[in-house]
Amino acid sequence: MSEKKQQVSRRQFLNYTLTGVGGFMAAGMLAPMLRMAVDPVLKPSAAGDFVNVGLAVEDITTEPQRVDWLVEQVDGWYESEVSRSAWVFKDENDNIKALSPICKHLGCVVSWEGSEDYPNEFFCPCHDGRYYKDGTNVPNTPPLEPLDEYEQKVENGMLFLGMAKPRGEA
Amino acid sequence: MLQKIYDWIDERVDVTPIWRDIADHEVPEHVNPAHHFSAFVYCFGGLTFFVVVIQILSGMFLTMYYVPDIENAWKSVYYLQTEVAHAQIVRGMHHWGASVVIVMLFLHTLRVFFQGAYKKPRELNWMVGVLIFFIMLGLGFTGYLLPWDNKAYFATQVGIEIAEQVPLIGPEIKTLLAGDENIVGAQTLTRFFAIHVFFLPAALFALLAVHFLLIRRQGIAGPL
Ligand code: HEM
Ligand code: FES
Repeated sequence: MSEKKQQVSRRQFLNYTLTGVGGFMAAGMLAPMLRMAVDPVLKPSAAGDFVNVGLAVEDITTEPQRVDWLVEQVDGWYESEVSRSAWVFKDENDNIKALSPICKHLGCVVSWEGSEDYPNEFFCPCHDGRYYKDGTNVPNTPPLEPLDEYEQKVENGMLFLGMAKPRGEA
Repeated sequence: MLQKIYDWIDERVDVTPIWRDIADHEVPEHVNPAHHFSAFVYCFGGLTFFVVVIQILSGMFLTMYYVPDIENAWKSVYYLQTEVAHAQIVRGMHHWGASVVIVMLFLHTLRVFFQGAYKKPRELNWMVGVLIFFIMLGLGFTGYLLPWDNKAYFATQVGIEIAEQVPLIGPEIKTLLAGDENIVGAQTLTRFFAIHVFFLPAALFALLAVHFLLIRRQGIAGPL
């Protein structure tokens, strides 16, 4: 194209304006819909309240025991009580540990000494995942991370648990 | 980049003739508002379709949150209306669009009527248009119940009783619509939902396809 012809032709101008205006309208239409669809991702993650799990601190031993308790769950427009579980024990330094039973491989439920073959370990029946007592995954079994730990606090001698967090964040 | 992707595909599949066939055709002078401003009346058909597209898109996104169940329908609409960012706008588009689409459809019909564009050979397309109109009324009627608030409930109650006035088979029509002989309730809501989001849109697509195919085959009616 020669220098002179570089100027915008009538056809080009109309094409650009039409595409521009059309694109603007389409974007105006689609933006709210997409924003609505991705809203769950952009919502701040809910901070969990601490709930009394009904276990007195003096009853916590060095042997992991399973506690189940109920929490209020708000799921969009639906509110319900759902159960949570934890394996609770005192470690060698007398610190309370509350481990989540959710396997870090693919989310099955682990049990303390769930297999006769592996005493003194948490065991996941789904793919033979194993964890040492402190929740650390046994190398060369499917799980790649330690069990999550519940946020905890003690009030009036009772144990309160919050959200389960990955090791190091609790 | 885009050009390259297009060329790559075109070289193998030869898509250009396909979209040329669909999109590339002369707009006769008497239909072009740039020549005669009064030709804007020819836009109403396209505008109707545009609003239908809005209805379908916004409806699809509303369905991400909406539940067709009498315990949760109202709560889910209230939730999306108050808690979900921009969902209020999307519901607004669907809510107002449902009225605008009828207005556009009516204006389009008026244009066709007063220009006599329905005359031979286009009688068939007029009939298809009338069916589209009924489908649209059906969408409005069934959609109106979905929020499951008082207005929705009583409007449907009345609408169903209107249908019951049909001679002879009135009571059967009523039961068929409501899903129960006496109750406007759980079964009515699921029924209306299914009709609103699956049956009628499917019928609408089929009719629109026929409508547009006929237009492409017969061309737009000549000037007055
Ligand atoms: C021309 C097409 C359509 C028309 C005229 C129409 C009409 C309506 C009307 C009048 C309402 C009640 C809105 C309100 O009171 O706020 C409604 C609600 C609804 N529609 Fe449609 N609709 C159409 C297409 C669709 C499609 C294709 C879908 C889904 C794929 C859909 C999904 C919904 C849903 C989920 C609701 C309930 C949410 C709410 O009430 O805001 N609609 N529709
Ligand atoms: S889910 Fe626990 S080992 Fe696979």
